[in-house]
Amino acid sequence: MWQQIRANQIRSAVLVAGMLAVLLLIGYFLGLAFLDSGVAGLFIALVIWGVMNLVAFFQGDSILLALSKARKIERDDHPRLYNVVEEMKIASGLEKMPNIYIIDDPALNAFATGRDPKRASVAITSGLLQKLNRDELQGVIGHEIAHVKNRDVLLMSLCSILLGTIVILAYYGTYMLFFSSMSGGRRSSGGGSAGGIILIIGIALMILAPIFARLIYFAISRKREYLADATSAQYTRYPEGLASALEKLGASTAQLQSANQATAPMYIINPFRKKGRPATDLSSTHPPISERIRILRSMAGGASLGDYDAAFRQAHKGGRGVIQPAAIASAGAVGLRAAEPEAVPREPEPSKLERTREVSDLMWRMNDYKTITCDCGTKLKVPAKLKRATIKCPHCGRTHPI
Amino acid sequence: MPIFGWVLIGIAVVLIILFALNYNSLVRLRNQVKNAWAQIDVQLKRRHDLIPNLVETVKGYAAHERETLESVTNARNLALGAIGKGVGAQSKAEADLSGALSRLLAVVENYPDLKANQNFLALQEELTSTENKISFSRQFYNDSVLGYNNKTQMFPSNVVAGIARFQADEFFEVEVPTEREAPKVSFT
Repeated sequence: MWQQIRANQIRSAVLVAGMLAVLLLIGYFLGLAFLDSGVAGLFIALVIWGVMNLVAFFQGDSILLALSKARKIERDDHPRLYNVVEEMKIASGLEKMPNIYIIDDPALNAFATGRDPKRASVAITSGLLQKLNRDELQGVIGHEIAHVKNRDVLLMSLCSILLGTIVILAYYGTYMLFFSSMSGGRRSSGGGSAGGIILIIGIALMILAPIFARLIYFAISRKREYLADATSAQYTRYPEGLASALEKLGASTAQLQSANQATAPMYIINPFRKKGRPATDLSSTHPPISERIRILRSMAGGASLGDYDAAFRQAHKGGRGVIQPAAIASAGAVGLRAAEPEAVPREPEPSKLERTREVSDLMWRMNDYKTITCDCGTKLKVPAKLKRATIKCPHCGRTHPI
Repeated sequence: MPIFGWVLIGIAVVLIILFALNYNSLVRLRNQVKNAWAQIDVQLKRRHDLIPNLVETVKGYAAHERETLESVTNARNLALGAIGKGVGAQSKAEADLSGALSRLLAVVENYPDLKANQNFLALQEELTSTENKISFSRQFYNDSVLGYNNKTQMFPSNVVAGIARFQADEFFEVEVPTEREAPKVSFT
């Protein structure tokens, strides 16, 4: 596991460095074009990026949770959710119990946040909580805890801030370039054809940089999703739970109201997903759900990272896997477990009427009334003080002994 | 000092750093194993604490299942007594407790009133979850032991482990066959 995290850190660091290079390039060029000094532009870009990072590092999770209108819950508010999170906390060996939030939204989704494993939070929509059985909930929470454990939260917020800074700089840079070229050029240096060339390069850069940065960002995000799926299967020893949860998630079309572009990679499925998108989509934060399900379902041999990797290769017809070979070698064989007994079809939720009846029955019983169920289906409530030996059903007239 | 001396000092420094790094990661892994073991105990204790409550609740509805209820209470007492008597005795007692519990919960199926009781439903959730937590903490313990053992046996950390006497740890093997499929309490 440790090797896995470390190897991923190196690979991710390379990608982050690539994005940082794009940012610096833009900063340098904007500085050159407007301040006549590339270094000044570079400096400004870094300061903007740094400030945004500091805010995100110290306030990111509370801002995000406030934006998603999540409310924090304790054990007594939802014992089952609390217990499942605690189970996954134990399975992952997380040091501290994550905070748990519920988002009151019928859409189906869940996400994790928190800059390090000691300050993690998981949030789930009330809609998803209602739809899932225990095994499925375990798979989803396992996926979210895996994001925390693999340090994806920190990595992805770093990346999304980089991306955000690049997009903002490019957006205003384009305006400024147009504006300055329209008004005949405020700059004294570099007039004539040289100015034209700079303008063209500038516009090309402003258009290409955000696209390039976004592609890197999506690539990182998709890889982390696969890894979180694999880790979840390893924690729960039951890939089918997550697979069937994903199936339910995929079938729903309700969009999460409070989702936010920057935080999309932290959700279990892409909150901005549209129906009918092609399966191999380079511009998505998440791999296609159907493929994630297929990989999880084909993990026949066991629940280890190696088994996931084998299933992934199979789904991609050879080619490179998603898991570092060192990590596979260091983890032994991991068996699968059987389904929770509860996973067998559950009884349908009692209707409102049934629930009311149940409560009223309880009230009668608490007041020492005896209940006699008549063959016609009527429940007779007999007060304890009644002295008679038999009672007649008011509906069908049968007599019952008391 | 001749160049040869400097090279020797350089090699010594590198060796000391390597030793320190490996030593520290061995200590970290060994502590993780200890901590994981403690987690199993926490969950087993939680199960012991839940049982009197469960027995009381069931008694209110199914008083004539006295035999089953008593066997659960006895198994719990035996499990409490087995604490500190070694892994073997403890896991045997815990396995017996699991068996008694699952018998009780099978019997409960015949009492629809009990199954509608909120208190019982809450206990049932707690018990299911505790059984899960026991098997997950066991799973994490074994994962931790695997990581630690690999480190004590693989080069170069095995050299450090040999000098500093880090010994490979034992896996949590379940001896009783019924225990092997993580103690499942069947509620439906």
